Amino acid sequence: MTDLTRLTAAALADAFAAREVSAVEATQAHLDRIAAVDSDVHAFLHVDVDGALATARAVDDARAGGTAVHPLAGVPIAVKDLLATNGLPTTCGSKILQGWIPPYDATVVARLKVAGLPILGKTNMDEFAMGSSTEHSAYGPTRNPWDLGRIPGGSGGGSAAAVAAYETPLAVGTDTGGSIRQPGAVTGTVGVKPTYGGVSRYGLVALASSLDQAGPVTRTVLDAALLHQLIGGHDPLDSTSIDSPVPAVVEATRRADVSGMRIGVIAELGGEGYQPGVRARFDDVVALLSKAGADVVEVSCPSFDYALAAYYLILPSEASSNLAKFDAMRYGLRVAPDGVEVPSAEEVMSASRAAGFGDEVKRRIILGTYALSSGYYDAYYGSAQKVRTLIARDFDAAFEEVDVLVSPTAPTTAFRFGDKLDDPLAMYLNDIATIPANLAGVPGLSVPSGLADEDGLPVGVQLLAPALAEDRLYNVAAAIEAMLAEQWGGPLLAQAPELEVRT
Amino acid sequence: MTTTSADPVTFEDALERYDPVMGMEVHVELNTASKMFCGCSTVFGADPNTQVCPVCLGLPGALPVVNARAIESAIKIGLALNCSIAPWCRFARKNYFYPDMPKNFQTSQYDEPIAYSGWTEIEVDGVSYRIEIERAHMEEDTGKSLHVGGATGRIHGASHSLVDYNRAGIPLIEIVTKPIEGTGAKSPEVARAYVAHLRELVLGLGVSDVRMEQGSMRCDVNLSLRPIGVTTLGTRSETKNVNSLRSVERAVRHEIGRHAAVLDGGNRIVQETRHWHEDTGVTTAGREKSDAEDYRYFPEPDLVPVAPSREWVEALRAQLPEPPSLHRARLQADWAFSDLEMRDVAGAGAMNLVAETVAAGAAPQAAKKWWLSELARYANEHDIAIDDVPMSPEQVAQVQGLLDAGRINDKLARQVFDGVLAGEGTPEEVVARRGLEVVSDDSALGDAVDRAIEANPDVAAKIAAGKHAAAGALIGAVMKEMRGRADAGRVRELILARLG
Repeated sequence: MTDLTRLTAAALADAFAAREVSAVEATQAHLDRIAAVDSDVHAFLHVDVDGALATARAVDDARAGGTAVHPLAGVPIAVKDLLATNGLPTTCGSKILQGWIPPYDATVVARLKVAGLPILGKTNMDEFAMGSSTEHSAYGPTRNPWDLGRIPGGSGGGSAAAVAAYETPLAVGTDTGGSIRQPGAVTGTVGVKPTYGGVSRYGLVALASSLDQAGPVTRTVLDAALLHQLIGGHDPLDSTSIDSPVPAVVEATRRADVSGMRIGVIAELGGEGYQPGVRARFDDVVALLSKAGADVVEVSCPSFDYALAAYYLILPSEASSNLAKFDAMRYGLRVAPDGVEVPSAEEVMSASRAAGFGDEVKRRIILGTYALSSGYYDAYYGSAQKVRTLIARDFDAAFEEVDVLVSPTAPTTAFRFGDKLDDPLAMYLNDIATIPANLAGVPGLSVPSGLADEDGLPVGVQLLAPALAEDRLYNVAAAIEAMLAEQWGGPLLAQAPELEVRT
Repeated sequence: MTTTSADPVTFEDALERYDPVMGMEVHVELNTASKMFCGCSTVFGADPNTQVCPVCLGLPGALPVVNARAIESAIKIGLALNCSIAPWCRFARKNYFYPDMPKNFQTSQYDEPIAYSGWTEIEVDGVSYRIEIERAHMEEDTGKSLHVGGATGRIHGASHSLVDYNRAGIPLIEIVTKPIEGTGAKSPEVARAYVAHLRELVLGLGVSDVRMEQGSMRCDVNLSLRPIGVTTLGTRSETKNVNSLRSVERAVRHEIGRHAAVLDGGNRIVQETRHWHEDTGVTTAGREKSDAEDYRYFPEPDLVPVAPSREWVEALRAQLPEPPSLHRARLQADWAFSDLEMRDVAGAGAMNLVAETVAAGAAPQAAKKWWLSELARYANEHDIAIDDVPMSPEQVAQVQGLLDAGRINDKLARQVFDGVLAGEGTPEEVVARRGLEVVSDDSALGDAVDRAIEANPDVAAKIAAGKHAAAGALIGAVMKEMRGRADAGRVRELILARLG
């Protein structure tokens, strides 16, 4: 019998429709896989065996009874622990939310439930999505299935590793500055950050409200498109949600044709600071696109040089305000201060926040509080917003010239645990290529481009398109995926080492 | 430094040397069915924490969505105050920690209010004052803390606190005046008249219940003094939560005296918030406040800008009721009231009640009489607002109708009021149940008249001799016997018929 965990979501959906496999079988197979490998990978913070199987059984019953169900009904999925799940713990990788069980579902989660996707569990992440390695998770890091001594990227390393380790075919991530795309690149998987407002943020615990966006984490471009179609679209509960149809991403994926497309290589992303193997695989992809009939040109986006600086003012500013609600008054961790017999509310707040937040979170709260202070606001937050406008203008100008922009997704392959932990700036640089898309609100996609020669680890290429033009991303990504699979004789992940199975 | 050690200064004395400048900040709670950013009910008085959801509890991940009706109400208030309406404005986050604020930031407006640069006109003792409006902006209310175990209900000395989030997220409009200058000795009355005027104006718009005693209208009074002739502003105090018209007047008066005493003693006014004590009529020091207090405002990224179209604003402008001053002038003409009578009605807060009573069929003088006597007294005795008297304008008009039809007399009418106010039913029901209808039936009256004549032969003789004025004594005797229910006119006729 086929190993069900090696099937894509699309293949599982076909097998369900043909009555070759049941949702319970597929779900059980993935739960077994999690049990076998997750003690090493640690992609999950919480696994919901009963809930996932109950959903699968309901889907099987519905199909058996002839009830029309969503094509993806029964395909298991994992959800980043940043999204509120009714009845399931939601910690955001933080001690301060230990034990909190939301009384409501994020809109994305509600859509998954309505469509009948069994939710396997909640995936690990850097605390409140602050980090690029999952080393900032209060519950320990996730390990990269390609090399358990290395990081899986972050903040959504749990979702990417779970997909790469065949623990789930689908996962939902969130991307504030690259948290879907960079883990995708370093684990050899596909990650998509949709247009800002394309997927509801309702129930997504906010890091930086103006940057956050949920999106698909999968092994193939088609799976990403199928999931994107399901979770995208207008939500009246999110004021920033765009009231227009989801771009025709599935159709675009099936097209996979770049002939005649104008593709721009971003001059500012890809030079100094990028690992040789990353640059080599990027050049390969550009050559392939040319060969396939795309018109490839170099495009300059000069303001991108300031993106990282602007991002690290806007993000901490918004985060400092968003994280103020964690005060031990209504939910989550509550710590009594030492040596105070009858502590005041303020003292409890202070002690709980001191104990509940990790160092990186505190660092950013302090940065943001400072940047928003009167007298500094104009110089910091105000200037950063101006840079943001300039970056959006760079994108506008670039998209006058080309249909899609390309760059490496991340400057390096997966690094070893601890390598950048004591150097926040080095850690922040991981997101240098992914941040501009968040600042401008445009969509981005990372698709595997091969292995770096020097370390044999996965490399990703990033595609960027104008707002609501995700179809272009999926079209180009599907073409790249197909051309590379032909070269490699199969998907990149087939080259990953087998994980040790523990029972 | 302290104000208590300074020698007291009388109000009149203070005004000889100092020129008061006021600033009023009034919060109006809108009467929308749902909260500012979620669908929760806004009904007052529900059990604690029953009107809450992930949004107004600030649960992680929940997001706000603006209540369009609240925007509409804000625009109406802005227009009624002759403000410019912003074609584009945003909400901002006001960041500070407090347990009754679920997100530890208040979604408010900062440098982009929906309405700004307006004015309104009030009158005190026949003199008009133009009050400049700085801004009217939208914000959400906080929850309510209840401090348990202390003596005063304040946080000091309390053993623990409870928080009710039902109020969190209820839409508020904050209306801020520019400094009100040149009001001198009239300052306390101007302050009161402004708040009363605002109350009437908002009530006329139908966008709030503006019940000060329930907190749906709350007033902060800023006050500073400067030596007469000086043009720069002195240091101000901000007296919070002055929640009745009378208190507004008293608080201004008190603060003028307090400031003068501090300044006279060569001391400086501390910029601070002050608590108003209704019972003792004084303010005490609250939180020290500096201009640099840092709320780290920034535009609310979870909401999109509010951009009311010109057409919408003009449509709302066209729907505005007539301004209170015009409305009042029209009522005065219709009712043929003197200026003094109008002032009495306004002062009692009974303008709308009288108007509704007239609309229900009562004569204006009669409507005024009942609201300013029986019903005002009831409100006073029960310490409630006159709007909260448990008797409707229709019922008042019904009592007057009974009087006009001769079915009851003035004295009986007061008993009908007592009955209705005591919850015994409608005026008709009270008359029936208490047996209050006037007796004009000759057979019932005749016996009583005969007995009165018999018991008072001297009086009867005088009447018989042509002194008809003496009939009053016999009428009184009949009335007494019939416990006030006799038709006095008919009794007089019967007496004269028998003796004349």
